[in-house]
Amino acid sequence: MSIDMAQFHQVFFEESLEGLDIMEGGLLDMDPGAVDSEEINAIFRAAHSIKGGSGTFGFTEVADFTHVMETLLDEMRDGRRQVTAEATEALLKSVDVLREMLVASRDGGVLDDVRVKDQHTALERILSGEADSQPGERAADASPRAGPTAEPVGWRIVFRPHAHLMRTGNDPLRIIRELASLGPLRADCDLSELPSLAEIEPEDSFLSWALHLGEAVDRAAIDDIFEWVEDDCDFAVVPVLPDGPVESSSAEVAVSDDADATQSLPEAVEPPQERRAGLDRREGRDRRKPAAAGGGSSGSIRVDIQKIDSLINRVGELVITQSMLGMLGDDFDMSRLERLREGLGQLERHTRELQESVMQIRMVPISFSFSRFPRLVHDLSGKLGKKIELRMSGENTEVDKTVIEKIGDPLVHLVRNSLDHGIEGPEERLAAGKPETGTVALGASHRGGNIVIEIRDDGRGLPRDRILNKAIERGLVREDDNLSDQDVYDLIFQPGFSTAEQVSDVSGRGVGMDVVRRNINELGGAVEIDSTPGQGSAIVIRLPLTLAILDGQTVSVGDEIYIVPLVSIVESIQIDRSMLGTVAGRGETFRLREEYLPIVRLHEVFGIERPRAAQLTDGILVVVEGEGRRCGLFVDDLLGQQQVVIKSLETNYGRVDGISGATILGDGAVALILDIPGLMRLAKQQPGRGARPMAMTA
Amino acid sequence: MNDVAAPFETENYVGTQYLTFRLADEQYGVSILKVQEIRGWEKTTRIPNSPVYVRGVLNLRGTIVPILDLRMRFGLPVEPYSRETVVIVVRTACNDSEERSLGLVVDAVSDVLIAPDETIRNTPEFGAQVPTEHIVGLVQDEENMVMLLDVGTLLPESVVGSRN
Repeated sequence: MSIDMAQFHQVFFEESLEGLDIMEGGLLDMDPGAVDSEEINAIFRAAHSIKGGSGTFGFTEVADFTHVMETLLDEMRDGRRQVTAEATEALLKSVDVLREMLVASRDGGVLDDVRVKDQHTALERILSGEADSQPGERAADASPRAGPTAEPVGWRIVFRPHAHLMRTGNDPLRIIRELASLGPLRADCDLSELPSLAEIEPEDSFLSWALHLGEAVDRAAIDDIFEWVEDDCDFAVVPVLPDGPVESSSAEVAVSDDADATQSLPEAVEPPQERRAGLDRREGRDRRKPAAAGGGSSGSIRVDIQKIDSLINRVGELVITQSMLGMLGDDFDMSRLERLREGLGQLERHTRELQESVMQIRMVPISFSFSRFPRLVHDLSGKLGKKIELRMSGENTEVDKTVIEKIGDPLVHLVRNSLDHGIEGPEERLAAGKPETGTVALGASHRGGNIVIEIRDDGRGLPRDRILNKAIERGLVREDDNLSDQDVYDLIFQPGFSTAEQVSDVSGRGVGMDVVRRNINELGGAVEIDSTPGQGSAIVIRLPLTLAILDGQTVSVGDEIYIVPLVSIVESIQIDRSMLGTVAGRGETFRLREEYLPIVRLHEVFGIERPRAAQLTDGILVVVEGEGRRCGLFVDDLLGQQQVVIKSLETNYGRVDGISGATILGDGAVALILDIPGLMRLAKQQPGRGARPMAMTA
Repeated sequence: MNDVAAPFETENYVGTQYLTFRLADEQYGVSILKVQEIRGWEKTTRIPNSPVYVRGVLNLRGTIVPILDLRMRFGLPVEPYSRETVVIVVRTACNDSEERSLGLVVDAVSDVLIAPDETIRNTPEFGAQVPTEHIVGLVQDEENMVMLLDVGTLLPESVVGSRN
């Protein structure tokens, strides 16, 4: 075979790592005692695919290791083994080891052999250890060593691949090699079907084998090896019994009899095995297809099939419009001008839709990033001796792929912190009159033109005094500095800052929060922290929607046009003199129902010349909200609402305060998109009638 | 000399090509390999709170490109834009080594000048009165002195620096 297998490695690794995620998720959901067989099946199938794949690609270590896991899972699935917390834990650890093995194989890294071996033994101990405790149950099935009498001492296998076997991507040699890994194997090859060299079809297989396995392995182990090729070959497995045909019983006989052997295959064994194998294989293949399509040389992305479909639809419509316009152009005269206009309008619409669809492809649900947390919480709560429940919401919030990649590590860090420092131990919680089980809530949502990720816990909150003392000790602040709570909490983002009295292996080394903030800032986002002593803390991460499309409200001030993100708009009102007021004679405010809100005049903040509305009563107040604060943005007029494609100003220019990006209007002109929180900060810094800091707290 | 493009080679001649343009009564040049296109002046969208010489941004086939007025940038007397006013769009690595496209408003495009590297003279020191940080060298045309520009330094430092 001249196919370069390496080209499939990428897909194999991606798929296997995904399989591991499935296993992990399944194991975490598995409730010892009440076991859902469908769940175990899913875990088993994932393990099985990994084993199959790793065997195919020659990662024998991975295959061997997975095999043990699979055996354990298989017994659980068949109900032969109780699902115990201990076994689940061991399987979870094995998933980790397996992941390390895969990553090491992929990146050519060094693998901790000792750990692999330890885990391997641990699994086998569970497999055999259980046998001792439940001897009666075990004797009937698996372990050949346990069964004293009618157990075979080896197997005789007849294996005759169909001519097309190799075209299905299988290789008889691999199967034989795998059999050889089970024990001493003798293979006799039957060349009788081999045509002369002139007639030979190089891609067909003509050989068949009589194999003699001199090891009393489990029958299932042999079946597993043949599982992938079962439909593409004849094979028969006959046990070699101690009193029966001994090892010398000639393989030649088997070869000449192999047709009979195939037919006389013990039927009692075949049907259930076939059913299972069929199911697994089907699952296995179905799962392979999308991966193969999405596999690229470097980074690849999995796209919801709906998005692809919509993309194809759009292209289809575009092609129709194009051919319509083409026909129109063939013999054009002025009488058909109206139709031309119409066609151009359609063309424009379809192009825009196509652009939007393409951009959507980069958006992936944040669950890709969230999915690792159930495991993290499970492990850490065990390690820390705390009872913690993880609640997740908004997993389907779509985020740009780059954001997902970069936000993962900071999130892990923050959640670890919440678990370690935030949530108290069960006794402390009960003493404080809280439920024994602490809660960590992880949520994502679209808000204010941003992606907002929140990590909330109901733990003890941040120790304000301790942070302050530490900061003074380190010379970050002076004792007489008058700091607000917010300023104090912000200190934990300083490099090398940790208040944990004891450094645990979970967190507390003081490397991290500064890195967290830096990573988030690099993404153009911001992180804020809020805390109530004894009640818990909340960390709010805001990330920009890169590459996104935004619903915007166009507003005009003087000759200029700006876009206000629709999500930040609460309402737009025409103001009445009776609503107006000033704070300290300078800060303009207005009363909106029960609230006093500051007014930000856009033309003042941005230095726009000749606004048409000089008086507040002449223009429009757009009530906007950002970072939990509200203000009234004073503009001349509202123009219209439209979807706009965000273009970066930073590609060729740089960041501009109060502006989050730019877009291109229908006439080709550029309009800037307002960054509402940034605008409010800008207004605070500017002197004049605009909003003063005190007026900001409405 | 970080603004000198790769030498232009013919059989018996080695030199660098510069696009020269007029600004007030002076001749300037930029390495021709950095020039993307030359276009007429169009109305731009102003960027709030930016230096006055940043005329705004323009939609250049879907990307947003800032437009700088070089007269204003160099403190030359400002004149209203006419039909001859052109925008030279260049692409270059800026101070922070990120490549950016930017448009330069100049009075008129003059010529293409081939200058062997050895004919380029250093800029004399004028002290603080005359800003020379954007000039990488001087070269003599048939009749004029041409100032070779380092376009990478033209964007306001506050903006380029604020990226990180």
